[in-house]
Amino acid sequence: MSATELYDRLPDRGGPAQPLLTVRGLKKYFPIRGGILGRTRAMVQAVDGVSFEVRKGETLGIVGESGCGKSTTARLAVGLIDRDEGDIIFDGDALGDTLSLRELRRGIQMVFQDSYASLNPRLTIEESVAFGARVQGLSDPMGRAHGLLARVGLDPARFAQRYPHELSGGQRQRVNIARALAMSPRLVVLDEAVSALDKSVEAQVLNLLSDLRAEFGLTYIFISHDLNVVRYISDRVLVMYLGEVVEVAPVAAIWARQAHPYTRSLFSAMPSMDPDNRTEEPPLTGDPPNPIDPPEGCRFHTRCPFAATLCGRKAPQLRKIGADGHLAACHLHDPTSGHPKAGKIA
Amino acid sequence: MFSYLLRRLILVLPVAFGVSVICFLLVQIAPGDPLTAIMPVDATAEEQAAMRAAYGLDKPLPVQYAIWVGNLAQGDMGRSIATGRPVAGEVFGAVQNSLLLAVSAAVIAFPIGIFLGFLAGYFRDSALDKAVTAVSIAGVSVPNYWLGIVLVIIFSVNLGWLPSMGAGPGGSRDWSWNWEHMRHLVLPAVTLAVVPIGIVSRTVRALSGDILSMDFVQALYAKGMTRFDVLIHVGRNAAATALSVMGLQLGYLLGGSILIETVFNWPGSGFLLSNAIFQRDLPLLQGTILVLALFFVAMNLIVDVAQAAIDPRIKRS
Amino acid sequence: MTLTEPLTSAPAPEARKGYWAGVAGRLARDPVSMLCLAVVAALILAAIFAPWLGLADPYKGSMIARLKPIGTPGHILGTDEQGRDMLARLIHGGRLTLFIGLMPVVFAFFIGSILGVVAGYVGGRLNTLIMRVVDVFFAFPSVLLAIAISGALGAGIVNSLVSLTIVFVPPITRVAEAVTSGVRSLDYIDAARATGASALTVIRVHVIGNVLSPIFVYATSLTSVCMILAAGLSFLGIGVRPPEPEWGLMLNTLRSAIYVDPWLSALPGVMIFVTSLCLNLLSDGVRSAMNVRD
Repeated sequence: MSATELYDRLPDRGGPAQPLLTVRGLKKYFPIRGGILGRTRAMVQAVDGVSFEVRKGETLGIVGESGCGKSTTARLAVGLIDRDEGDIIFDGDALGDTLSLRELRRGIQMVFQDSYASLNPRLTIEESVAFGARVQGLSDPMGRAHGLLARVGLDPARFAQRYPHELSGGQRQRVNIARALAMSPRLVVLDEAVSALDKSVEAQVLNLLSDLRAEFGLTYIFISHDLNVVRYISDRVLVMYLGEVVEVAPVAAIWARQAHPYTRSLFSAMPSMDPDNRTEEPPLTGDPPNPIDPPEGCRFHTRCPFAATLCGRKAPQLRKIGADGHLAACHLHDPTSGHPKAGKIA
Repeated sequence: MFSYLLRRLILVLPVAFGVSVICFLLVQIAPGDPLTAIMPVDATAEEQAAMRAAYGLDKPLPVQYAIWVGNLAQGDMGRSIATGRPVAGEVFGAVQNSLLLAVSAAVIAFPIGIFLGFLAGYFRDSALDKAVTAVSIAGVSVPNYWLGIVLVIIFSVNLGWLPSMGAGPGGSRDWSWNWEHMRHLVLPAVTLAVVPIGIVSRTVRALSGDILSMDFVQALYAKGMTRFDVLIHVGRNAAATALSVMGLQLGYLLGGSILIETVFNWPGSGFLLSNAIFQRDLPLLQGTILVLALFFVAMNLIVDVAQAAIDPRIKRS
Repeated sequence: MTLTEPLTSAPAPEARKGYWAGVAGRLARDPVSMLCLAVVAALILAAIFAPWLGLADPYKGSMIARLKPIGTPGHILGTDEQGRDMLARLIHGGRLTLFIGLMPVVFAFFIGSILGVVAGYVGGRLNTLIMRVVDVFFAFPSVLLAIAISGALGAGIVNSLVSLTIVFVPPITRVAEAVTSGVRSLDYIDAARATGASALTVIRVHVIGNVLSPIFVYATSLTSVCMILAAGLSFLGIGVRPPEPEWGLMLNTLRSAIYVDPWLSALPGVMIFVTSLCLNLLSDGVRSAMNVRD
């Protein structure tokens, strides 16, 4: 099967300039029940007002500490969790308005971190891969499954009939990729998809993902805590902290200059290979604050070396700080914010 | 602890409500007209309607339920159709006798069950362990109403050692604390004890076996503790779980004694229940079931609270 | 799952099918389980083919041949209080006793699995509703609940089936809900949902196959209790009606003969005990063959 036969991609609608996915003001609070009557005692502010765009054909990397809302954002975008507030706009069509959840799912697919837990242990891998195509009524689901298995490097003659526990972690993740592609999505969300793999296998899978993107004209959201991997595969990077976006920038720009103090400490925690370029910034200390009761003002001010009184009172907005589409949410980069060091650092 | 207690108490309310609804519905699912037994055969349509109204049966079900619960709250469980006496009095008298039987069975069963279970767990995979396991499987598999008959055959019919009927001489219905009455208690109590012996020994075997194989036991030996001290430690660890199993068993004994009471003509709640069933005395049936079920709910509550008091880990979940 | 290997070295595809073969193999090597299986199978076969075994008429009594002792020529196991052949009645009795003793667990397995899987998969308010109702039924010891419902409905085979099914639905629902909630949280369910498949399709393809065997193992452990309860209802007179042969009912009617021929009167109970014991041991055998921990 050729790539075009394997792939029944939904047609492009808004042209190359229109973002494939626009997320605006996305919010998700998880209730914590308890107390005598099991009432909602508190809310975990997992995702709080996240906005971003994914351009057609690009890979947007999302980074941040565990618990910062990366995975929740991904699951919200795919419609696996219901959002409390916010718009999800897929190629110009807003979810719940001109786009149904079922249509959205046809356009966006996801690959999860745990390659074993994300495959039904009772189905052969061909059945797992064919399932989505069958559900969506695409032609020849089994042929499509075999074609895709071959494309991700698993010979269908040898692997199609196997069960997940008979495969290695890397092989299973290839199956998961094939399974996502079987829906012919335009956007694939990779949620820590290579994080659990050995380094050598990780590299193979990353190369496979790059090839598939080119071949099928895919767009990726790539979630990871590994900055090196993100740098390798992404075009732009989005940094999250405690359910909020703190910085967005093209890969080259952010590696050249981390505008937000949080981004800076995140990057400085990454060991450098170059002895002349040793980490000099102090590493981030302490745990992130509790998302049930996040700090007032800028959520990072409790751990920020540049925090001023202002930061504890007023939350900074994401604003443009460079010509290349570099955005950051920090009073330091807003000369009018009133922060004593505004505009003086970096 | 107090907030845990309060939370558990509040959680009991919907269950108690549900129990009362089920008991109320028992009368509704019964075939036939509840008034057939007392309605004169030649009653005219007006007389029937008047009687229906007098018993409140002309009102919609939720209203009937509300009236019923309202009466319950004042201790009024209606009157027995067969005897005309208040149900509450009959039930509480019978439940006392059942409780006596259940507690006696527990007094026999729990020490034996714990002892056997511990032996089996301590000497795991030995012949002793296998024997205890066989006994406990037989214990949970035996239909105890049949076992009662077999014990009667052996000890009453063949050997003539123990009486087999009633709670006292001549099949008496009244209990008193004397030797003759105690002799009547032996067979039903032993019969009733067999199932909990099986269950308790099984539980204790699993618990002590598991705990003895845990790392910290090795650490205790390594600390130079004696075998006896180690046993005390192990015992405390197993206590919370064993306690909950035994508490529930006591509840089951009370509810499960119905068949045994029938075999031995023991004047308890089960005996009352089977009379109620045969005379189609629905108010009595309803009242007995309600009291037994509420007792079981209360037993559950006590077990949970006691368990939380022993094992602080439970409160957190 | 961080273990990885090169693309070439995966085990043979047969490994999976080996699981059930392994369970069967372990079960077959356990002599106790095999003996129990043989006894239960023999009882069920004898019950099914009872009318064609050349036995005496289990309903035909004789005033002069009442309560013949065990070993009487022509009546190997004696006769009952109405002079009916005990062997014929015991074997025919297996038909009703086993039917009423096993079918409620089968019905409850289906009903409880559906309720539990739906509650566990859908979650939220529906889960709360179903599981709170289940909690209420747990407030009744099973014996009490069975007797209460059968007592209210009255005697009869159908009524016994109904009341025992009601008794066993709540525990099976609880287990099914717990197992399903566990599976529900796994990523492959999310992956299946992300395809846009309906809840029903996801349950059918991805949930059922992964929850059914633990629910089934649990259900088998209930068969022995159900048997004892079913016979117990008849023993109390609120199960099968006379003159049908049924072990519990026979045990009841023979109580009048306890001073005449005590061991004869205990015979039907032996049948109940042996069956229930074998069901329990078999269920234990299956559990350990499947490596299910208590």
